[in-house]
Amino acid sequence: MPEEVEKSKDSPEQAEFRQYCRKWIAENKPPKPSFRLPQSPLEVMTDEQRVYLQAWQKKCYDAGLVGCDYPKDYGGGGKKGFQRIANQELAHAQVPFFINVIGLGMGAPTILHHGSEENKRRYIKGILSGEEIWCQGFSEPGAGSDLAGARTFAEKKGDVWIINGHKVWTSLAHFASWMILLARHSNDDKYEGLTYFIVPIKSALGKGVTVRPLIKITGETGFNEVIFENLEVPDTLRLDEVGKGWTVAMTTLLHERGAAPLVTPSAGGAGGDSVGRSTDDLVALAKSSLRDGKPASEDSYIQDKIVQIAIWEEGLRQNMRRARVPSLCDNPMRIPLQGKLVGTEFLQALSHLGLEIEGPKSSLYLGDDNAPQGGQWPLAHMNSYGGTIAAGTSEIQRNILGERVLGMAKSK
Amino acid sequence: MAQPKDFGFGSEEQMIRASAKKFLDEHCNVEKLRALVAGDPRPERENKAAWDETLWNKCVELGWTQLAVPEAAGGAGMKMVAIAALAEEIGRHAFPSPILSTFFATFVLRECGTDAAKAALGKITEGAPMTLAITNAGGSWNALDTDVEAKGDKLSGTASFVQDARKVKFFVVSARSGKDVGLYLVPADGKGVSIKADRIVDLTRDQARVEFKDVAATALAPAGQGGKALSKALPSILTTLAADLVGGAEWALQTTVQYAKVREQFGHPIGFFQAVKHPLVNAMIAIDQAKSLVYNAACAIDTEPEEAEKFARMAKAAASDAASFASDRAVQLHGGIGFTWECDVHIFFKRNKHGQFLFGDAPQQRRKLAPMIVR
Repeated sequence: MPEEVEKSKDSPEQAEFRQYCRKWIAENKPPKPSFRLPQSPLEVMTDEQRVYLQAWQKKCYDAGLVGCDYPKDYGGGGKKGFQRIANQELAHAQVPFFINVIGLGMGAPTILHHGSEENKRRYIKGILSGEEIWCQGFSEPGAGSDLAGARTFAEKKGDVWIINGHKVWTSLAHFASWMILLARHSNDDKYEGLTYFIVPIKSALGKGVTVRPLIKITGETGFNEVIFENLEVPDTLRLDEVGKGWTVAMTTLLHERGAAPLVTPSAGGAGGDSVGRSTDDLVALAKSSLRDGKPASEDSYIQDKIVQIAIWEEGLRQNMRRARVPSLCDNPMRIPLQGKLVGTEFLQALSHLGLEIEGPKSSLYLGDDNAPQGGQWPLAHMNSYGGTIAAGTSEIQRNILGERVLGMAKSK
Repeated sequence: MAQPKDFGFGSEEQMIRASAKKFLDEHCNVEKLRALVAGDPRPERENKAAWDETLWNKCVELGWTQLAVPEAAGGAGMKMVAIAALAEEIGRHAFPSPILSTFFATFVLRECGTDAAKAALGKITEGAPMTLAITNAGGSWNALDTDVEAKGDKLSGTASFVQDARKVKFFVVSARSGKDVGLYLVPADGKGVSIKADRIVDLTRDQARVEFKDVAATALAPAGQGGKALSKALPSILTTLAADLVGGAEWALQTTVQYAKVREQFGHPIGFFQAVKHPLVNAMIAIDQAKSLVYNAACAIDTEPEEAEKFARMAKAAASDAASFASDRAVQLHGGIGFTWECDVHIFFKRNKHGQFLFGDAPQQRRKLAPMIVR
């Protein structure tokens, strides 16, 4: 959306904050590091990447650009409608992303909605500042799309819970201090047998917690498997009541799948500067690529495919806009619940078109001197499957839409 | 100029839509529609324009014909988002009437800037239905392609693919003199005008070739200005058509979802099966993007005219594809009954197909968009 439109609804206080953000970012935008930054926080692999990104998030937090709308008691700024502005300004400025994406996007809102007062005071601030990195323990080898089939078991013994089980696809676990964990306290009921916890990772390594990297199809790591063997967790780290794990998990997923801005203040976070995210990236690539000896941008097939992506991109942008105009939405959840599905499929199609434009050069990967844009396009395309699989596959998303929005019978 | 965040869709626009919905639910619900247009299925049936003229008079009383007419010409001068909302309801009810054609004529007339055009707008305000006669025998949507010649104020030649030709009182005709194209007003019952009705698939519209033999016409836009007026009106035409298609697509979606909830096979309502459920979700996704693009285009016409053509072509491309897909799945997922005349789906399937190709389908729109996007 054009900048002017974003600005047009700012209150005087918000307009002032926007000016402040713009000025602060311009003065504090970090120099490009000497090492390669990954395309998203979920591929942060090395300590030098982590240190750089953690320092950036802390700096933004100290400047008041993260957690602006969270209550002051929990380390936030206590404002209303400021985070949106900070996020827009960060995105415009193409600054590095925030590393604590899981904490910001899912941990903080879940704790805000379901945590005890003590938990909110203890944990939210560290998420916002990025000083404590968080990960999420949902999927298991036997519970992917069927998330409620989780078998990681929590057994109550006095005031503590004993956790045993195996979580997979756990992004950032190798750096995480804490995890939000969906576990099973009872086998009596699939859904009501679930309970939700905060569990320690870093401080419990070798004492009931093992983190092992999983290697993705890109060759990068960044996500892990986490094994719990008799990990002791105090009952005070339980979120909401025993048996309410599924309800809490729905709060987390609502935020993970993009419907959250409607219900919870955003904790912060903005995109980085990687390729493969917009029509403009494709146009630039097409101009610098040859197809049958001529610029790919002059090829009518490529032109048509780029225009299809442009229409899709505009459609998604206008969907976001229309979702906020109740009189133009018959069902208020119809667009928000599509967000994760259409957003990830869009990026997959966009990155694939990048490969088509590159033609044989799409074979050239990271580290090859001749690879267009350093091999970022094949990397982006392979990574796009993380989007269409994680957080409920596209197939599960279509079930959810067919059932919750269109009201058709539940598929098994 | 920037667009308002809410598309400028305010209380007045909501009222227009609500009143249109109420009117159409009562007078053009699917039972009445079926009785009106689908009585005789035989391909060789009498070729007549199926519409209810008394309903047209009610539309005029509701003020529909004035909506798009500028206040300076005695109309209501409503925003395009209001017209889009009305067109969406018309599509959702597959309303057989010359209202869309009359809007298109209005959009062109208000770009002509002549007293004659202003007078013609006055006729529309009073309730005279009009349509554009601007397409050649090859079906070209290019503003300068016409098979009609102007000699002074006399027209000769044939306009093809004229929509609602047998419902209107006037034609807005594009005609060539030398290299230039002008626009002319011709009464439908004028001397030398003959209407050769096409036999068409769509039951909710009528279409014709209109022949002009030395017909006296009133110049609306002088030679050399006609193409400009048509081009300026094009975003509004495309957006209105796209809104109609989005409405028609939504009907196909909702009707098929309803059927998928009640029709049982293998012990389950068929919506239980993902081969049924997922395509319907895909149709919903396509419709939602098309609908958002329609209101964006309408709002651009109202507030950001320099972007209007781009956004209108995006809307027409997305709506054409969404309506085509939703209608296609509606027939298929209704199964055997969907293949019959008895099932109302065919009425919307045919109307949506017709609208898909008016003023260019999705690939044609994308071809025009290419130089605006791949620059």
